[in-house]
Amino acid sequence: MRTSTGVLGRILGKQPIGSAFVVPYVVFLAAVFAYPLGFAVYMSFHDYFFAAPGAIVDRPFVGFENYAEVLSDPAVRRSFVNVGIFLVINVPLTVLLSLGLANALNAAIRWRTFFRVSYYVPYVTASVAVVGVWLFLFNSNGLVNSVLGPLAPDPSWLVNSKLAMPTVAIYVTWKQLGFFILLYLAALQNVSKDLYEAASMDGAGRWKSFWNVTVPGVRPATTLVVLLATVTGANLFTEPYLLTGGGGPDGASASPVLVMYQRGIEQGNPDIGSAIGVLLVIGVLILALVERRFVGKEE
Amino acid sequence: MKRKLTAGLLALGLTGVAAACGGGDGGGDADAAAQARGEITVWLSNNPEEVAWGKQMVAAWNAANADQLVTAQEIPAGKSSEEVIGAAITAGNAPCLIFNTSPASVSQFQKQGGLVALDSFEGGKEYVESRSGKVAEQYKSTDGKYYQLPWKDNPVMIFYNKKAFAKAGIDTTKPPLATYDEFLATSRKLVAAKAAKFAIYPAPSNEFYQSWFDFYPLFAAESGGKQLVADGKAQFASDEGKKVAAFWRTLYTEKLASQEKYTGDSFVDGTAAMAIVGPWAVATYKNKVEWGAVPVPTSAGKPANETYTFSDAKNVAMYASCKNRGTAWDVLKFATSKEQDGKLLQATGQMPLRDQVATAYPEYFQANPDYQQFADQAARTVEVPNVPNSITIWQTFRDAYSKSVIFGQEDPGAALDGAAQKVDQLAKQS
Repeated sequence: MRTSTGVLGRILGKQPIGSAFVVPYVVFLAAVFAYPLGFAVYMSFHDYFFAAPGAIVDRPFVGFENYAEVLSDPAVRRSFVNVGIFLVINVPLTVLLSLGLANALNAAIRWRTFFRVSYYVPYVTASVAVVGVWLFLFNSNGLVNSVLGPLAPDPSWLVNSKLAMPTVAIYVTWKQLGFFILLYLAALQNVSKDLYEAASMDGAGRWKSFWNVTVPGVRPATTLVVLLATVTGANLFTEPYLLTGGGGPDGASASPVLVMYQRGIEQGNPDIGSAIGVLLVIGVLILALVERRFVGKEE
Repeated sequence: MKRKLTAGLLALGLTGVAAACGGGDGGGDADAAAQARGEITVWLSNNPEEVAWGKQMVAAWNAANADQLVTAQEIPAGKSSEEVIGAAITAGNAPCLIFNTSPASVSQFQKQGGLVALDSFEGGKEYVESRSGKVAEQYKSTDGKYYQLPWKDNPVMIFYNKKAFAKAGIDTTKPPLATYDEFLATSRKLVAAKAAKFAIYPAPSNEFYQSWFDFYPLFAAESGGKQLVADGKAQFASDEGKKVAAFWRTLYTEKLASQEKYTGDSFVDGTAAMAIVGPWAVATYKNKVEWGAVPVPTSAGKPANETYTFSDAKNVAMYASCKNRGTAWDVLKFATSKEQDGKLLQATGQMPLRDQVATAYPEYFQANPDYQQFADQAARTVEVPNVPNSITIWQTFRDAYSKSVIFGQEDPGAALDGAAQKVDQLAKQS
């Protein structure tokens, strides 16, 4: 039976010091995530634009007008399809490559530290710098086309409406691989060696051990990788902005965040930008729930 | 219950944050501010030549006005100057004057309540119009007021690499570039002779402003000085606009221009034999390219003294957060005086948007004959239209142009017609 300790006690609970430790993060979350998100929702239902302090401006409630405009805009719809293509390529590729490479880098191979660092370097290098290298690699006279010779696509990778988004997806997969390898490496340390020994005694080869021991053993990490890859992928901006010159060719690599930036910041329509943002958040939440249900299910 | 209470308190906290962030009154009394004098801050563009000019201008002002000191700094870094300025307006911490205000953004800044009409100062309108002449009219806002002072322009012309032209056996003093047919024939020769991989290399990317350096200068020339939008109607879907689009389409179809983004300077690197830029680039090409310049082509080959082009101007605007507007107005007049305009020309090679600039500084043009043609061209420049939704209009145009002209996925004429309908709607909105 609980004793009454007043309102303060009820708020702070049994461990007031614990609550005190939590407060800074709650404030941080409220200021940096909750407030902007709430404000974005507010903007998306108003004819809203940024104004100077003290300027008398009219920002009437417009209901779902901004959403209707956004959903009837072919460029916005195209951007959502584009990011769908991106996620379909990027997320599975990220899981497969990072798990495979983490498994390899976990084994006692020569130059292990060198390889681990090598895979991590692109992740910590500024996108602007790496994009320059990829432009050099993938333009029509680039290294990749020189190697491919007559097999090189025409138009080339980054100006080809069918290949631009897959190229961006592969670029992002490669760039972020180091981080996801690190997550899997950490998870692999928790898979008991006894399980591998038992599998070996049961006659399992390397592939069967990997499939029946490693994959289930790192399932929580896989859930995390899938969710993080989805969330970061849905926020795609830098690559279409820099690598394909503003979502080109002809919007084939434009992402919702890029269109949000164009409409909201460049063109001064934050209400439209917010409506795109809110739709994106809803889309990512639904996707994350579906992924959590299928990837994160308990055995 | 406890969860609900905690959530309620968090929501209350958020309301507090929202209340703290909203509202406020930074406007003050505009009439009093117009007379107020004291210290002010100005922002300058971040190119070294303009910074050098700005520093000497501020030093000269401060030496004579110790009670009204000016502090100058470069525009803070951001994706673009316009975004930084827009954010500063919203935050209420914009400086008094910015010597790098893009005319395309003025309607947006005005809508934000971020600009001061220069007409509100005694003799303001007269000063703007007497300094810039009839060109000033293009910078007037839809309410008939001046929210920007036309400061300097960079009339866009065709630069050509004399060595590349010589290699292709093309006359380097009077190259055949006046008509579309001549330009295309010259381009084909250049590429066939491997004088350069591409004849010309305007940025093919999709940013809203890229059309200022491919379609727009040629449209201004072909149409005899029309803006993209006039009297609330799109002008670019006309026969002239379609001729320009077809011309560029031919360059892309025949791979005389590239669809791919270039990371360096294609003209300096020798990848392209021509460039379409203004005189600001002369300093960049110094000791790197032996260049010549001609007006942009027209279908019939108009003479140079009848050829218009895009101005690529940057202006000065006064921002509403300025407290000491009396001082700011005086500094604005000082910085755009004939003497300071001469120093700007000397330091940057950019043309002050001053009536008869070609004859205003005879010593300079005698010593720097390369710049004379830009000064002559400055008398025939076309600005971006000062209309609501300016940036959205340019992005709409760019999307259509990119799809049809650069990537050939739609007929250019049909694409321009479609974009014109959308632009008509956008121009009507306030």
